[in-house]
Amino acid sequence: MAGKPKLYYFNGRGKTESIRWLLAAAGVEFEEEFLETREQYEKLLQDGYLLFQQVPLVEIDRMKMVQTRAILSYIAAKYNLYGKDLKERAMIDMYVEGTTDLMGLIIVCPFLSAENKEKQHAVIIQKATNRYFPVYEKVLRDHGQDILVGNQFSWADVHLLEAILMVEEKKSSVLSEFPLLQAFKARISDIPTVKKFLEPGSQKKPVPDDEYTETVKRVLQMNF
Amino acid sequence: MAGKPKLYYFNGRGRMESIRWLLAAAGVEFEEEFLETREQYEKLLQDGALLFQQVPMVEIDGMKMVQTRAILSYVAGKYNLYGKDLKERAMIDMYVEGTRDLMDVIRVHHKLSPKEKEKNLALIEEKATTRYLPVYEKVLDDHGQDFLVGNQLTWADIQLIEAILMAEEKVSTILSRFPLLQVFKARISNIPTIKKFLQPGSQRKPPPDEKLVVTANRVFNRK
Repeated sequence: MAGKPKLYYFNGRGKTESIRWLLAAAGVEFEEEFLETREQYEKLLQDGYLLFQQVPLVEIDRMKMVQTRAILSYIAAKYNLYGKDLKERAMIDMYVEGTTDLMGLIIVCPFLSAENKEKQHAVIIQKATNRYFPVYEKVLRDHGQDILVGNQFSWADVHLLEAILMVEEKKSSVLSEFPLLQAFKARISDIPTVKKFLEPGSQKKPVPDDEYTETVKRVLQMNF
Repeated sequence: MAGKPKLYYFNGRGRMESIRWLLAAAGVEFEEEFLETREQYEKLLQDGALLFQQVPMVEIDGMKMVQTRAILSYVAGKYNLYGKDLKERAMIDMYVEGTRDLMDVIRVHHKLSPKEKEKNLALIEEKATTRYLPVYEKVLDDHGQDFLVGNQLTWADIQLIEAILMAEEKVSTILSRFPLLQVFKARISNIPTIKKFLQPGSQRKPPPDEKLVVTANRVFNRK
């Protein structure tokens, strides 16, 4: 049996944060190697670790997995967070794609100019309150449960909580018209594994700062 | 048992084409409703048919599915094109994410200005020949089998041939340094369901043109 999963990424959220959330929610301990220099990245490339020359990379069950969605799907299935059958899986996939689109708007923020950041901020709040949150509010209402799909906690719930918290960091009152999402947030945050992840000292990463942005640009040699 | 799957999208490739490929390869007949007017789109919205107000939307097995990846995963799972276990699934997922990233670069091409198109062609060639195609060539080389995963046809093979054909439409010599992919392309094209899809008269859509851009802008009220 292989050891703990090991994550290769920058010391910050980016696309890997959803993976940290899911592993943590599943109660799975994991290790991390943080990319800080161009040389580290080039070594990973030379060693043939990065299938498409990109991170995140997760070593898990003797595979060197890349592509965030592939990694998340594998973890969800392995730790029984993917519903009980193909149809529940389909619902979870749809909901997760929605929250991925919403979080995708936020993940790019650190790399935007000041002017574009402000515009993007408005887009995030608008999409959250008009396109995404109403959907999940309605799902909870129609479903009559504290979770999105079926009778058990799933990847969709973890991902939605992550998205809610990220949007709240942009506008703290964003859930004001979504009472069921407020209750959902409280309940999911209280699940022991999730609660632990939300406490200081966990592997949850803070809001990206300049150091994070500079590191990413330096390691990937991005010219913005 | 529900009827045939029904696809709601423009009369063009876009994000729906991968779904057409997969259903066709699986030998599944499907219907299509093409969006041409703003009113059609607004009706779908009002009827609550579009979960996130977006297309593609596919009616299948009593569900109104949206989100391309979710739809593709469901179709692959349902028709046994997703490998035999979790690890094969993981490999397939990785490979389709790669081909999707490549197709994303090509998909936007027709929307660009002539000058942007020139840069994009160079980008397509670079990404295809240095980042993506070498990976699939090596996968085939390493295991010596006819298919990417598990010695049987899967979603990964179908999406790869779609990506290869799309890339060839832009850069006809794109496979020149990839002999195993050339063989792969010929072999997969010959699978009866896929061969049928590649023939004139199938539901495969032609490369996008100006008309498609105009229709999409009209339907979505974009300038």
